[in-house]
Amino acid sequence: MSRHIISILLENEAGALSRVSGLFSARAYNIESLTVAPTEDPSMSRMTIVTTGSEDVVEQITKQLNKLVEVVKVVDLSEAEHIEREMMLIKVRAGAKEREDMKRMADIFRARVIDVSDNTYTIELTGDGRKLDAFIQALDQSAILETVRTGASGIGRGNRILRV
Amino acid sequence: MDRVKGVELTGAEIVVRCLQEEGVEYVFGYPGGAVLFIYDELFKQDKVKHVLVRHEQGAAHAADDYSRSSNKVGVCLVTSGPGVTNAVTGIATAYMDSIPMVILTGQVPTAAIGLDAFQEVDAVGITRPCVKHNFLVKNVKDLAGTIKKAFYLAQTGRPGPVLVDIPKDVTMQSCEFAYPETVAMRSYNPVRKGHPGQVRKAAQLLLGAQRPMIYTGGGVILSDAAKPLGEIVRLLGFPCTSTLMGLGGYPASDPQFLGMLGMHGTYEANMAMQNCDVLLAIGARFDDRVIGNPAHFAQNPRKIIHIDIDPSSISKRVRVDVPIVGHVPDVLQDLIKLLSAEGGKPDIAPWWKQIGEWRARDCLKYDRNSKIIKPQFVIEKLYEVTRGDAFVTSDVGQHQMWAAQFYKFEKPRRWINSGGLGTMGFGLPAAMGVQLVNPGATVACVTGESSIQMCLQELSTCKQYRLPIKIVNLNNKYMGMVRQWQQFFHGNRYSESYMDALPDFVKLAEGYGHRGVLIDKPADVEPALRDAFKRKDELVFMDFLTDQTENVYPMVPGGKGISEMILAEDL
Repeated sequence: MSRHIISILLENEAGALSRVSGLFSARAYNIESLTVAPTEDPSMSRMTIVTTGSEDVVEQITKQLNKLVEVVKVVDLSEAEHIEREMMLIKVRAGAKEREDMKRMADIFRARVIDVSDNTYTIELTGDGRKLDAFIQALDQSAILETVRTGASGIGRGNRILRV
Repeated sequence: MDRVKGVELTGAEIVVRCLQEEGVEYVFGYPGGAVLFIYDELFKQDKVKHVLVRHEQGAAHAADDYSRSSNKVGVCLVTSGPGVTNAVTGIATAYMDSIPMVILTGQVPTAAIGLDAFQEVDAVGITRPCVKHNFLVKNVKDLAGTIKKAFYLAQTGRPGPVLVDIPKDVTMQSCEFAYPETVAMRSYNPVRKGHPGQVRKAAQLLLGAQRPMIYTGGGVILSDAAKPLGEIVRLLGFPCTSTLMGLGGYPASDPQFLGMLGMHGTYEANMAMQNCDVLLAIGARFDDRVIGNPAHFAQNPRKIIHIDIDPSSISKRVRVDVPIVGHVPDVLQDLIKLLSAEGGKPDIAPWWKQIGEWRARDCLKYDRNSKIIKPQFVIEKLYEVTRGDAFVTSDVGQHQMWAAQFYKFEKPRRWINSGGLGTMGFGLPAAMGVQLVNPGATVACVTGESSIQMCLQELSTCKQYRLPIKIVNLNNKYMGMVRQWQQFFHGNRYSESYMDALPDFVKLAEGYGHRGVLIDKPADVEPALRDAFKRKDELVFMDFLTDQTENVYPMVPGGKGISEMILAEDL
């Protein structure tokens, strides 16, 4: 079992997302995260799926995805050099006595405070999944009020390009 | 195609025009609120004939089998809500066996979608896992293009059912009609040619084989590859077996044919499959009913070449050494060219000697002196009486396996059964579709008293369209296959597999306006069949009272390897 990050170009059609997610549930594949949004060409969406499975299962996943009529291209980014990023918004308790510490911790992780109230901070942090995990771990758990993560987006390094 | 500028057609007119453009002869369907405008247009023309079934499951099966027996795209038309849900079993059946079919479904008006309207169901959502693709048409301008795409998708690549959901208001709106001549989709470009390097590797492996085996499946039938298959099998001189879905792809009476393989395959086919050193798999998918336990199958080392149009069928359950993605006839032609150039077939005499020993076990033998009708005997007589030239449809269970084992199919598209989904109730509507596309042909529906009752209402459709189907009901008063498993694996506890209160099938057939015959003695089997098949204009329901305790042998128990068979002689 290993972690794979799969990038998909698919037609931006109603129902395309449910075909992909339905495929994963129908065939009992794991989905750790799934993100999707239109590309510079509004008729096409780019999806990133993080999954875990044996080599055989991941091979089947890419073949089954390719078989979906609305899927244009599929690539397993983990087969070669790639970059992945995830964004997290995390709301923490930040009253008078926690404020300083919390700001310092955000700075260490190069996170940004993007909303402030009398007793909360909302912090934005971008990085790979492990960095986001590490930030959550580093905080006083009881100070965390809300966590929102986008799931990973991925792209190949250098000249490795996924397009039509 | 006539395209009249400025003349607008309604959505309903467009649907019918599209069917005409596609050359559709028959639509199988059932009317209802959401499709009334389409039915009105069907009424106004006579190019596309409508066949009124008695239940939408029957419509889907009949359209499916119209396609199975002809390789034309079957079309089925049903209304929204229950019309769709009733058809789902038939759609899933076609999907599992990769049958090209187009299903047109009515939908509530676009403004009502999502508001729990009367007879509303999310047709696209409910069928998504059992279609090749589906569409909801929200704008009449997209209707013709979508229907064109549906027909294209259904019959290209790995075929399958495609559903088009049409809201009622779309059938009422109008626009200019233009039926596209071609389809271009950047996301869908099925491969046809096999990779030449892979084909070369395959040829080398085949020529070096000592214990080769050719294993063929439904893909051979679907792609019309019987001719090149026959050529390659004879060219190489190798043994050949077939899955349930591939029967008829290679003539069953040929000595190189080892019979069907799998859970109820012959001893020789299963032993050769397990013990071969080079396996050529063609349009088959190594499913659980074919190779049993994949770990047991993998215990014997062998090189596997796999030709299939669908890459996801390759290395799914069994790791393959030489995958070749492509259209089976094209790949076989390339392979034949290479093999012919090499000349000479490998000497595999010792392997044939071994196969001969396995064959000598005579694994399909049964008691021919029985005083009770043996179901195998009925199928053998059916084969003789129809001179092996009938279209045979079946339902699901013991009778299906006996038909597959004992009716020797010589030609493709003659054996029509639900292999993947295993749908009881399939046989009778299947026979309707087959008879309509092959008028004048001999069509037999081999069934059992449990299966036939699952789509029995179609006897009424058969009457309306004067379909002279011959129903061979192997009546053992049990859900035979369930009973067999209960006998073997559940300590003879026949839980709910006995059918008490069975109807009098003779009276029932007569009630629908057909001829019914009861046969309870072995000596009456052949005369009854001869009499029935002489009646060219009549549906005859033959109710054969057969041995209640007969089992299908050989049998590979679930989870076992295919060489671990139970034979009749073991008991």
